[in-house]
Amino acid sequence: MDVVKEVLAKHQKELDKYKPITVEKHLECRLDLGTLLITDPNDFDDRELRDNKEEYLAALTRDNTQLLVNAIWELSTERVDESIVAKLPEPTTKWVPTYGFKRAEAEKAKDWVLEVPQNADPNTDMFQKKIDLRNEKVAKNEIQRMKNIVRAKKIDMPRSVAKSSTASVGKFQNKLPKEKEARGLGIKELIPGGKRKQSHITQTPEKEANLDLIKSVLNKKPKLDVDKAISMEKRGNRLAREAEAENEPTKKGNKKPKGKGSRKAVGKKSKGNHGQRAPGKKAQAGRKRR
Amino acid sequence: MSLLRIRKPKTRKGKKVLLAREPQLIESARTMLFLDGRKCGGNVKLCMKDLQALKKPLVKILNRKNDITPFDDPSSLEFLTMKNDAALFSFGSTSKKRPDNIILGRIFENEVLDMFELGIKRYQAISEFKNEKIGACVKPCLVFNGPKWAQTEELRRLRNLFIDTFQREKVDSIRLQGIEHVLSFTVTDDMNILMRSYRILLKKSGQKTPRIELEEIGPSADFAIRRTKIASEDLYKQARKQPKQLKVGKKKNISTDALGNTKGRVHLGKQQTGSIQTRRVKALRKTPEEKKENRQRKKVALKSAAAEALAASQLQGNPFSS
Repeated sequence: MDVVKEVLAKHQKELDKYKPITVEKHLECRLDLGTLLITDPNDFDDRELRDNKEEYLAALTRDNTQLLVNAIWELSTERVDESIVAKLPEPTTKWVPTYGFKRAEAEKAKDWVLEVPQNADPNTDMFQKKIDLRNEKVAKNEIQRMKNIVRAKKIDMPRSVAKSSTASVGKFQNKLPKEKEARGLGIKELIPGGKRKQSHITQTPEKEANLDLIKSVLNKKPKLDVDKAISMEKRGNRLAREAEAENEPTKKGNKKPKGKGSRKAVGKKSKGNHGQRAPGKKAQAGRKRR
Repeated sequence: MSLLRIRKPKTRKGKKVLLAREPQLIESARTMLFLDGRKCGGNVKLCMKDLQALKKPLVKILNRKNDITPFDDPSSLEFLTMKNDAALFSFGSTSKKRPDNIILGRIFENEVLDMFELGIKRYQAISEFKNEKIGACVKPCLVFNGPKWAQTEELRRLRNLFIDTFQREKVDSIRLQGIEHVLSFTVTDDMNILMRSYRILLKKSGQKTPRIELEEIGPSADFAIRRTKIASEDLYKQARKQPKQLKVGKKKNISTDALGNTKGRVHLGKQQTGSIQTRRVKALRKTPEEKKENRQRKKVALKSAAAEALAASQLQGNPFSS
């Protein structure tokens, strides 16, 4: 046994000569070997960071780099042209399946905690809500599927449609020659509790409702599509700038410092015998200088 | 000059240039365009120089002053990046209101995707560190310290921008001795970003994996985040989208045996031996007896079907007859 102990002790002694390569971290760091990237989510030692910043940063970075290097050295290596190269994995792009194989597992890992929105009741069970939402979606899809089957079998479904009246207000015939059949209930109506449109019959008395309507019409403000406005503004600016540039092409040239005397005058390039006369064409101010 | 106009190349070279500018299936490493603002000197100039040194040869440097304010009107900036086929830009300027200002940003579809204005609070250039430097074109390790990097969307984007800026080419393997540079980005509680750059020294550790020591080589900078503009969630998602052609499909019915040979399995449908054209051999031809038998069988089948149909119609016609 002494021999074993001796060998172990010797090995330990040898290791002690060198500084350690292991790093202790409170929270695990995230590595992306493909881009040689490490992200350390651990908190700083505030006092150290304040008092001797540079040393602290260097030490912190050293530790993290050591972690990265440890991981890289673990990779499979091969010899190419007398140097050892490590095969890097693909840069990680976190991908979560939206459906199918192992989706539920991925979902659980992804949504281990859910935020309660600020305007919601703090006691709502967001997980239950999510399940409900999903069930509703499944139900909706089921109804849609049924409707598709019905349509495929070409069974007429009743539909509700605004009717045009005949001159005799439908006294003699209750149907116009080419009248459309009324549509049935939409999906939203078939789902219990769901509404497609708000009912036009309101609880408020008619007069009040009408006054509200008038008010809303009179107080209407134009809708502002910010993106469109920006793009229009940009286009306008651009056009204005172009027009300006075309109108006074020489002005820009004058602005430039006239320090270098040797520089040739910027203007129309001489065509030197090769040109073709184009009397109708406007003379251009040469290449635009930037 | 309008971007709306579709320009048709007149020469072969021009066509090449325009084609190179178009979106590629596999994009090459991104070049960075370096621009000076109305005034650009001192620390900003130094910082830009050092960034160029770090990014070389993926840089495009414009030396003239530009009267551009990217946060107010990025159109001429977008134009310049488009002209120079650069996806990243770095815009340096200094003014009384915003001294030592550097704007880092990205371009997507010839428009600014996101940009961050960083104020340089303290700067030490590469030249101030008197020691051995790293070689050119070294892929750096990137270290992001601090819990804040993942906490706000803005910082997450900034981190992404830094990775995009400094990661250089994507490689599938790396020479172990070639890992010699590390860039560290630390975000402090008062939202300052400390950028440090070190050379990696590989020391013996008595094991296979070496012990790492660092030596600061610069640049070393303390940045404060000033104005930011980040892309909307939709646009950001669109910018990250990978083309469909690059997605690796599942390889089916291909296997490798113990000897390393690739084996494929091919599925064929059922062969229609009756209808395919084969050589007509006398032996395969139907004899007159067979033909006759066939005809007979058909006749019987027809007759029985007719009888059945008749019975059915009679039943329906007068259901109360019996």
